[in-house]
Amino acid sequence: MNDHPSTAPGALRRRLAPEAHRSNALHPGAWWVWALGLGVAASRTTNPLLLGLLIGVAGYVVAARRTSAPWARSYGAFVKLGLVVIAIRLVFAVVLGSPIPGSHVMVTLPEVPLPEWAKGVRIGGRVTAEGLLFALYDGVRLAGLLICVGAANALASPARLLKSLPGALYEVGVAIVVAMTFAPNLILDVQRLRAARRLRGRADKGIRGLLQVGLPVLEGALERSVALAAAMDARGFGRSAPVPAGVRRATAVLTLGGLMGVCVGTYGLLTADGTEYGLPALAVGLFAALAGLRLGGRRSVRTRYRPDSWGVRAWLVAGSGIAVAGLTIWAASYDAAALHPGVVPLTAPTLPLWPAAAVLIGLLPAFVAPVPADSSVPVPSPAHSEEPS
Amino acid sequence: MIRFEDVSVTYEGAAEPTVRGVDLAVPEGELVLLVGPSGVGKSTLLGTVSGLVPHFTGGTLRGRVTVAGRDTRTHKPRELADVVGTVGQDPLSHFVTDTVEDELAYGMESLGLSPDVMRRRVEETLDLLGLADLRERPIATLSGGQQQRVAIGSVLTPHPEVLVLDEPTSALDPAAAEEVLAVLQRLVHDLGTTVLMAEHRLERVVQYADQVLLLAAPGEAPVLGDPASLMAVSPVYPPVVGLGRLAGWSPLPLTVRDARRGAGALRERLAVTGAGPHDRAPHDRGETPAARTRWSGLRGRTKADAARTAAANVAGLAVRRGRVEALRRVDLTVSAGETVALMGRNGAGKSTLLSTLVGLLEPASGSVRVGGAVPHRTGPRELIRHVGLVPQEPRDLLYADTVAAECTAADHDAAADPGTCRALVSELLPGITDDTHPRDLSEGQRLTLALAVVLTARPPLLLLDEPTRGLDYAAKARLVTLLRGLAAEGHAIVLATHDVELAAELAHRVAILADGEIVADGPTPEIVVSSPSFAPQTTKILAPQKWLTVTEVREALDAGDGAA
Repeated sequence: MNDHPSTAPGALRRRLAPEAHRSNALHPGAWWVWALGLGVAASRTTNPLLLGLLIGVAGYVVAARRTSAPWARSYGAFVKLGLVVIAIRLVFAVVLGSPIPGSHVMVTLPEVPLPEWAKGVRIGGRVTAEGLLFALYDGVRLAGLLICVGAANALASPARLLKSLPGALYEVGVAIVVAMTFAPNLILDVQRLRAARRLRGRADKGIRGLLQVGLPVLEGALERSVALAAAMDARGFGRSAPVPAGVRRATAVLTLGGLMGVCVGTYGLLTADGTEYGLPALAVGLFAALAGLRLGGRRSVRTRYRPDSWGVRAWLVAGSGIAVAGLTIWAASYDAAALHPGVVPLTAPTLPLWPAAAVLIGLLPAFVAPVPADSSVPVPSPAHSEEPS
Repeated sequence: MIRFEDVSVTYEGAAEPTVRGVDLAVPEGELVLLVGPSGVGKSTLLGTVSGLVPHFTGGTLRGRVTVAGRDTRTHKPRELADVVGTVGQDPLSHFVTDTVEDELAYGMESLGLSPDVMRRRVEETLDLLGLADLRERPIATLSGGQQQRVAIGSVLTPHPEVLVLDEPTSALDPAAAEEVLAVLQRLVHDLGTTVLMAEHRLERVVQYADQVLLLAAPGEAPVLGDPASLMAVSPVYPPVVGLGRLAGWSPLPLTVRDARRGAGALRERLAVTGAGPHDRAPHDRGETPAARTRWSGLRGRTKADAARTAAANVAGLAVRRGRVEALRRVDLTVSAGETVALMGRNGAGKSTLLSTLVGLLEPASGSVRVGGAVPHRTGPRELIRHVGLVPQEPRDLLYADTVAAECTAADHDAAADPGTCRALVSELLPGITDDTHPRDLSEGQRLTLALAVVLTARPPLLLLDEPTRGLDYAAKARLVTLLRGLAAEGHAIVLATHDVELAAELAHRVAILADGEIVADGPTPEIVVSSPSFAPQTTKILAPQKWLTVTEVREALDAGDGAA
């Protein structure tokens, strides 16, 4: 790397952020707070330029900080999912019509006559530019949300996030981790068995092929889960410490009572006449449930190996996400028109200066988060290194 | 350390106990090797030590197993986790977390060790197993040998007194197997760990064993004893023992080194018989060049014609898998009647080459022709007439729930006459009834059934991916006979294998792949004799004479005796 003098921004970036390793790894929670902050901001606007900027910010940070780990590849899947959401939203707007009154008719589809009881539902009919544009804005907003979640997924290892759960919830966490590794394995099995159909001289494509491999795939998945369960058992999963009966009872009472308190409190908050007891009940319930969880953690003998610490960089990353969310919410109440460009009449959206500047705060992680080791060094592709011969 | 007191295990629904009459004690700090043919209950016996049998698998255990003083009847597997570490056959189904370092810590976390102890032991284990460079790697991206080492490391960190391993090297290439065995050796010598291990590839492990636990036949009581004396009576034995038994050496050598010391007389005798491997080569092992000239003589004289009659022709092939170039500039020609063994590390591109030959993968550049057809552009129905592949997991090919249904489906798929496949099954696997479920077959039988299914379409080119994984010596010998017969009928066979003994028995030619390129390609004796990791035991013992298998030596000796 020394042979190639790095560009000035590159050098600056490297000085700001150290190379990532286990002990300075960013707390996965910080990535999630950041991503959810961007997501909240995305949900507060329909301005396509601002949404595009948000998606660009998330994409840039992912490109700058993701590792080569398998879970980091999920970002592409989320982006595709976002595009599918936009497409579905548009198709619905075309087929089912749009409540947006519009005068620019683009095409008129034949309308399906519906019986009396389905009044209010329309299939086919006029497709207006206004309706389509509204649907597009809405679709882009949903896609933006999805892409933010995808960014969090790509940047933070899901398993490490679950490690930060309280001890009493550990078993639930393991179940989720196992389920998450189960799905990719299932897909691999389906691919392998469909390939094997080709070896039998049967078509390896089409829905019939998929159905016929269903049973062997499930069998294989079941066998694997049993083998994993056996391995986990043999490695001490589920060992519990002896807990005095009093503590056990207190745990049960606190957890159950706390959850009931949460239910009552939520009900109180949602009904009109219960506002005065709603908030206190919710607070007491939450407190009791948390205390129950903490006490329940005593039953588990588990310890944690090198938990991620929440340091300055984590504060910066999480803070940047919160700042983006907060500023966008404030901007939405201050200047709603700029964040929700009108579609009737059709106008070109403009980029509001200050909210855009606020969104750019979300780029902070690309400068302060530790750089993954393998992405800072450009990997020479084998093709290039072998070419000269 | 481990004490079995009159132990027998009966699974639910089974009439007979799977193992019975186990009454022995494994002392501390010994490496004990469990030896026996398939289906004698080796895995069951291993399972009783960790408590997984019967707590997890069900069934009835009679008698008593104690490990480090703990009775497995009253202690569940999780309560034995700090004294017994278990690694099963498939390391992938063992992993709970997703990175190497977390995996090593997982067991200790379950046991509730303090963070600084965990940190120290993880660092120690990373060094002990040579995993330090891989510490932050996702497990899914590791090679087979690395995964096996991580699996062993993950049960080592809680410092168990007993390590139980089921076929730790079966899926590994020779070098990776050496790596794993060196680690085990070190654990036994330096840490005093007791290791109980089952393994089919005895040529790799028998020299490391302090004692051998022999399960000679199902239902027979196992015998624990000195490896050399038990190997003299064992129904399964590695080539070095085979050669020792043939030459009547006593005590029986277990290592190539010991055998070499005693092999002087045998070498002389072989030299005297005159039927040296060089003489035999042209008409036995080297029959391919002759066959090739005969074929080209029959079918035409030009080079182009020869290429057309080749069962497979690969030229300048490159294959990409994602961003990885799995194969580069690969040239390979396989002619009818020839058996080629593809060897090389895990991940060298052997399976990729086989997949490309059946059109599962598309070449990025270069050409692949299988009997004139381009695999990835040929429909499956047409393609199975040109080439058949038995995958690494033969079960992938079998969908039906009885052998008969499987055969009917195979006839239909191949548009063969009804009964073709069943006839093949009866020929290859005598005594299998129509209503047997493919899952109830043994590993070797299942492989043979898959082979019969593939052969129903009579493909001139037959590909096998790791055919001897999980096979015992008897099943392997049957497979060798079978494949020799097929080659004699004119089938071209390509095997991807780590099993050097199989390649020595069977292959006319060996091609060694490394990093997606063919680095050596030539007649088996030339290639394997010169390579330390790919040379079979017989070759190593009788070097500088170039013998490959015990069978060859036996035939030469018989011929010599006949002449004398």
